[in-house]
Formats: sequence, C-alpha cells, structure tokens
Amino acid sequence: MGRSLKSHPRNWYSCPSAARRQPTAVTMTAHLRRLENEAIHIIREVKGQFERPAILFSAGKDSVVLTWLARKAFAPARIGLALLHIDTGHNFPETIAFRDGFARDLQCDLIVRRVQDSIDRGRAREERGPRASRNALQTVTLLDAIHELRIDAAVAGARRDEEKARAKERIFSHRDAFGQWDPKHQRPELWNLFNGRQAPGEHFRVFPLSNWTELDIWEYVACENIPLCSLYFSHQREVFERDGLLMAKTEFVQLEPGDRIARRAVRFRTVGDATCTGAVASVATTAPEVVAELGATRVAERGARVDDRRSEMAMEDRKRDGYF
Amino acid sequence: MDLLRFTTAGSVDDGKSTLIGRLLYETGSIFDDQLQSVASASRQLGEDRLNFALLTDGLRAEREQKITIDVAYRSFSTSRRRFILADTPGHAQYTRNMVTGASTADLAVILVDASKGVLTQSRRHAFILALLGIPQLIVAINKMDLVGFSEAVYHESRTAFAAFARDLTFANVAYLPLCAVDGDNVVERSRRMPWYRGESLLHLLEGAPVDARTNAMDFRFAVQLVIRPNHEFRGYAGTIASGSVKTGDEVMALPSKLTTQVTSISTASGATGMASSGEAVVLTTSGDIDISRGDMLVRADTMPDVARALDVHLCWMDSVPLIIGKPYILGHTTRRVQAVVTRLEHRVDVDTLRADDAATLDFNEIGRAHLVTSAPVFVDSYRLNAATGSFILIDPSTSLTVAAGMIRAATQGPLSPAAAGAVGHGSHVSRERRERHQQHRAAIVWFTGLSGAGKSTTARLVEERLFADGHHTMLLDGDQLRQGLCDDLAFLPADRTENIRRAGEVARLFFEHGAIVLCAFVSPYRTDRERVRKLIGDGPFVEVFVDADLETCRARDPKGLYRRAAAGQLEQFTGVSAPYEAPANPELIIDTTRRSPDEAAEQVLEYLRAAGLTRPSTRDA
Repeated sequence: MGRSLKSHPRNWYSCPSAARRQPTAVTMTAHLRRLENEAIHIIREVKGQFERPAILFSAGKDSVVLTWLARKAFAPARIGLALLHIDTGHNFPETIAFRDGFARDLQCDLIVRRVQDSIDRGRAREERGPRASRNALQTVTLLDAIHELRIDAAVAGARRDEEKARAKERIFSHRDAFGQWDPKHQRPELWNLFNGRQAPGEHFRVFPLSNWTELDIWEYVACENIPLCSLYFSHQREVFERDGLLMAKTEFVQLEPGDRIARRAVRFRTVGDATCTGAVASVATTAPEVVAELGATRVAERGARVDDRRSEMAMEDRKRDGYF
Repeated sequence: MDLLRFTTAGSVDDGKSTLIGRLLYETGSIFDDQLQSVASASRQLGEDRLNFALLTDGLRAEREQKITIDVAYRSFSTSRRRFILADTPGHAQYTRNMVTGASTADLAVILVDASKGVLTQSRRHAFILALLGIPQLIVAINKMDLVGFSEAVYHESRTAFAAFARDLTFANVAYLPLCAVDGDNVVERSRRMPWYRGESLLHLLEGAPVDARTNAMDFRFAVQLVIRPNHEFRGYAGTIASGSVKTGDEVMALPSKLTTQVTSISTASGATGMASSGEAVVLTTSGDIDISRGDMLVRADTMPDVARALDVHLCWMDSVPLIIGKPYILGHTTRRVQAVVTRLEHRVDVDTLRADDAATLDFNEIGRAHLVTSAPVFVDSYRLNAATGSFILIDPSTSLTVAAGMIRAATQGPLSPAAAGAVGHGSHVSRERRERHQQHRAAIVWFTGLSGAGKSTTARLVEERLFADGHHTMLLDGDQLRQGLCDDLAFLPADRTENIRRAGEVARLFFEHGAIVLCAFVSPYRTDRERVRKLIGDGPFVEVFVDADLETCRARDPKGLYRRAAAGQLEQFTGVSAPYEAPANPELIIDTTRRSPDEAAEQVLEYLRAAGLTRPSTRDA
C-alpha cells in the first residue's frame, strides 16, 4: 500500500536497437504537460470503456510516444493494451528490429499481421509497376485483424495537424461494421466525456495524440528521452530523387530510367512503408537537434508521403475506407 | 509556454475560415507545400487570390459547397503560447457543432460582419457561448474594408452587441475592428484604422488568461480505473476534475460515503505531494475500501450534491427528437446511469431568448428540463464547476450522443418517473373542503400591465375589501418576490419567464389553500401568463389587464424606474427597451388612465361577484 510509482530509475530503459541518445536539452513546458495529461486520460478512458482495445503500433515515433504514454497510464501495472503491427513486408529492417526490441523491453504483447498473408489468401491484390505500394493493402489486413481479434477500440497515434481531413476527426472516432468513417455523421464530442458505445461488429479508432503537433512529439521525445528507431536520425544512405522527395534505394522500389543514386546524410520524418516514405536531408542526430531543425523547416511532415500526394483528397478517401 | 483553447463563431459569410487561415498563415503554421496545395485549389475554384478558407475546410463536401460542415481543430503557436482552436460552422442548423467546440474552450471569438451589423445569429452565438460558460469573449467586427474602415460603423456594431451581451454571463468582453482578408489587426495593428488603439487579435489571444473556467476550490476526482498489478498495490487512476489533493488528506468516497486517507499521489512525471485539477494521477489510500470506476473521491467539507433529480439545460443534437419518459444513458464524469427526462420546462428560442412552451426538443434546440436518474450522480452546478456540471445523453438504441447537458441544480424532484406526472401529494384537507368551510371559492386574479399602470394599487384595494368581507386572501407582487424567492434572477427574457413560473407556482399553493390570490406582476409575455392559467386547470383564473398608456405610466413613475431607464441605467425595461404583450382575451380590462384606483378596484370586485367567486353575503349586497 502506498508504494510510489516512481520505482523506475530515470534511465530504466535500454534498447540495443535504439538510436544513440543524449541528455535532454529541451524542457517540459506547461502545454506539453497539458497534452500529456489529456492523452493519459483518453488512454485510461479506452481501457474503462472497451473490452479488447489494442494500440496500432507501426514502430513510428507517434505510436512509440503513444505506447510510452500508455505505460504511464497504467503504471505500475503493465500496459493494458496489446500492440498490433500491420507489416507491409516492405518495412526497413531497422524498423522491424526496433519494433521487437521496444515491445520486449516494455513487456507488451506484440501481435503482427502481414499484408503478405492477405495477398496469399487472396484477400488483397498486389499493385504492380515502378510506383507500386502496399500502403492501400494495409487497410484489408488491418480490418481483417480487427475482425479476427475482435478488437473494439484501435488506438492510434494520428494527429490532427497531419492533414486537413484529420482536423475534423473526433478523438473517439466511430467505424461502422465495414470499418468506414462517415465524416458527415460524427458523434459530437463534448467536454472530456467520450462516448464509446457501439453495436456488435462496429469498432472505434481512438486518437489520444489528436491535439499534438509534430514539434510537440519531438519535444516530448527529447524531454522524456524516449528511444526511437535510428531511421529518424541523420545517417548516410543511398537515395534517389523522385518528385522532389528523397527515396531510399531498397529492394522494394523499382528504379526508373534517369533515377540517379547518391549517398547523402538523411533522416526520415515518418517511417512507413519503404515504397512511400521519403527522406529529408538532415544532420540532426539527436532529438533536441531534430527539434531545432523542425523550427526552421518549411515542408509539412506528410509532404514526404507519396501516398497523400496521389490527390488533394487522398487522405479523406483512404480514411473513409478504413485506413489508419 | 502554455496552451489556450479557443473557439470561433460567426454567421455563414462573416469570414471565419478566412480569419483562421490568416492566423495560421501569419503565425507561420502553414508549410510551403500546404500553401501550394491551397493555391492550386484556389485556382481550381476559379478564385484569383489565395483562399485561406481552403486551409480549414478539409472535407470534400465543404470545398464543393464552400462552407464549413464540421468542427475542425487547428493548432498554432507563437513564441508566447500554443493555441488549439475549434473552428465551428455558423449555419443556423449547426448549433450542435458550436456547443461541441465551446465545451472545451477557454475563450471565444465572435465574428460580426461590419457591413451587416449584429444579426440574429450573433445573438444566438453569444447566448450559446454564455450557456456553455465561456468566460471570455472577443467580438471581432470584421470586413471593415466594406464600410470604409469607418469608426462610426464599428461603434454602432459594438454598441449593439454590448447592449445584448451585458446581461449574459461573460466575465470579460473585448472588441476590435478587423479586416481578416487583408490581415488588418489580426497580428499587427492596422494602419488603415488608426482610431483603434487596442491590441491586435493575436495579442489579445496571447494575453487572455488560461484555465479561467477551472474550479480550484472543490476537490473532485472521478475514478477511471483501478490499478492492481499485484496484491500489494491498489491505486485509483483518474484525472483531477477540480480542486487539489495532498498526501495525508482525508477524502470521502461516493457513493459509499466512507472516508479514507490519501497515502500517495503519482503524476505522469512521478510521485508528488500535491496534485491539482487537470492532472492525470494515480492515488493510493489507507485501508481497504471498495472503490471502482464511476465512483468519486471528494472532501467531506466541500461535497457535491449526491442527487437523482436534476434541473438542467439540454442542447439536443440528434435528428430524432427528445422523448419524455424514455430511458437514456447519462454520461457524467466516468459514471454511466440511466436517466429519464420527466418534464420539459421550456424551450429557449435562441433568437429572441424567449422561453416557449414545448412538448419536445428537436435537433439543435435548447431547453430546460427535469431529469431523474436510476442511481445517484455526484454533481455541481455547471456555473460553479463545468467538470462536474456537464453531462451527455446517449440513446441506448442507436448509441449516439443525443444531447449535451448543463446542470443548473440538483433538485428534490420526484424520484420515480411515474410520480413525476403527478401534480403533487399536497395536504389531505382538500381545497373543496376548505372552500365549503369558508363559503367562497379559491381563485387567482392576475393583474398584468406596464410598470406604473396601477396593478399593485388596485390589487391592494381589492384585497382590503375582500378581507373585510371575510374572504381568505393573499397578495403576491413583483417586488416582494424579486426581493426573496426570485432574487437570483435578472431581467432577461428567460429570467422573466422563470420569475413568472415561480410566481405561478406560489399562487397555485395559496389557491390550493383556498385563497383568492391577487397577483400583481408586469408579466410581459402572453405564454407565461397562459402557463400560469393552465397550472390550476379548470379553476377560476381572472386575467385583469391594467391598461394605462405609456405616457401616464411615465408621468406617475412611482419607483423612479422610467427616469432610470431614460438615463440608460436600466437595460431591458418593459415598455421602453423590452416588449410588452397585451392580453388577447383578458377577463377584464381596466383603464386606469381614466379611472381612479377606487373605481378600478370596484370594477374588479363587481366581476368577482358576478362570476360567483365571492361569499354569498357580499354577492347580495
């Protein structure tokens, strides 16, 4: 009785796959604390209102921060939600290694479902051609996994600042039995009273980081010394330029005539599928350095996502279909 | 750096989205590629300059119809502060979104189109924001370019809005002229309006107090989860809704009312000796008491109401209207109970702020209602504590959130929905027995008319003579009730309605006691008077229109009110700055311009005798 939660030493966490970290240079501000408290409240509300919630874990920084907050929400107990990773099979190896190490160290249940299995079972058909991506196929695998595992709340790290359609999404976002979002008939969300009631077969997507921005995430990572996949920090990599983005040369991307490979110092702002994640030139090797770099940046984070560029309305369309 | 949450409200074409686009643009919150995509979308819509609204109107239908459909949440920051703004659409039919956006805001910006002045919609927005308890308001008179940056036009709008907002509950209202399209007074003071000496919108936003709505006094902690990793540890996780707590504090658990001591507090950043509102914490307590999700920890000396009957404001948000008597799920803090609306007091016409009789609440309508819950809830009035004064109603058949609720007060109301329909379980001695005993019937005589028309004077004389002839009488008048029972009410339309409702209920009690109740109230609204008439069913209700022209009343001015109204010291004065609705079919009209008080009283007595409402002896006289 009365045992303090602060039983972990400050640097209790270590992960061999984590990028090298330095002592924090960014201080926790009142607004970060407010966002942190809000996110923890939402995560606890998920546990209180749903029976089989899971965190959609991509190993990207947002889902890492989300899991970090979930650890705080349930401490000193273990995280009360399983981690679900939808693996396109086109991930960078660094991402997969980080995912496994992080889940192990935080003692999380990690569930992996593979797009390849959906393709093999005939649930999804591979796109072809030099710009083929498995990004859209993830939706099939995800909805199948939600159905199979009877997940009633899929908690994800999406933020409202990422894209215009997301700015209109609720924190508790209802999905019908087909996994679809209906932007024109969303439930009103009042005060901090969340309504997670649903009919059988329906589910919710819950976004505890809705009010965070990319900069908030990085400042929080820096303050809390949160481990991230090494792809987020500057490293030397063979890249080529396509539509103004730096794409990594990998086995998953077909080169087109005229693509010129060059070795450059880059980092990734998102760590999605290698086919659609562009890198940016950067020399930032620590979170505080990334914070400093972001202050000067003039391109939105999702600007480096090929999948959003397919049309002005790309995100809204994918979300309607049940995308993350 | 702290965080301010605010919301915007304005009519369809007041330029809200444009202003927000401007704020985002000027604070450097828009990246180059986003700006390019807006530029290309602007061109596709055939517009020659950058359409800032396209930054915020994210949904396909919004772009096609060039209107905002849903609440959008946007972030931006300056060197001093982070902002989250809820952009809510201004259409008449989207009250629901405004309420949603305002529910989490510390401040609201209302846009008024300078070329159109203060419209009905601006009034509606202000009313809703006041109802939602927003403490601070910034009124931005926009589109100053369309009125030649005229100071006179600005002041006209400002004065019109101020007259209206004075009676609403804002702690702080600031005004400024704006031209959002060109950015005048958005970030920098406009050079085209040198007569404006106040601060720019962004500076006002930077200086506004944060968390002005938080109740720092009363400790309320609703339990979200019980954290139980092993047999040694049992903690209660939740967010402190208001007040603060220290280790060693004695706290009381609701509903059990058992007390215990706080032994540890853990926040997101570790163990602490004290935590306050807004913090997500885990508390441990001494001794094993049974606490679970939905319970509340409070301090015994500042307890909330533990109630099953509530007097509330509801904003209806579903296309299926409210059904009286239907069980809904009430979501309050972390607690879920069943709730039934037993009675709808009135519906507020948000355009005129009048309280109307209504059988139900439709989509986007606001009304005052009485609720009964299946189990106790632990509540405060919304004004004192938004966190424990707010709730939602969920329709169990569709699972949709159908209403937002704000608690006015816990009541002693009927605790079973069945009993709610009954008029009351009053005295065992019936009115009929009393009437036989006293040899005259009970009645309500209702005097209505302007201030100074002679209502109280006439009523007093009538009472004197009735009493002298052995009648049971009671006199109720406006001043008497205003000083006691109704001293919490102002003179806004809804307050007036409430004043008359209370007067009517008091009159009914004396009526049931057998009295001839003489009521002298300005009672300007026809519907209010009709409601009182209905209170006593078929019982005798005599509406007396005490008619005197305004000039006569002004000349009499017995309480000096007309002089004060003329001097601008009184808002909402009936006949001068507020309407009076004369009765359509009163039982009696007395013209006191031409008759003396004695003659007027005699006219009333004559009517009562003729209607058989007096004692036989006086009838024959």
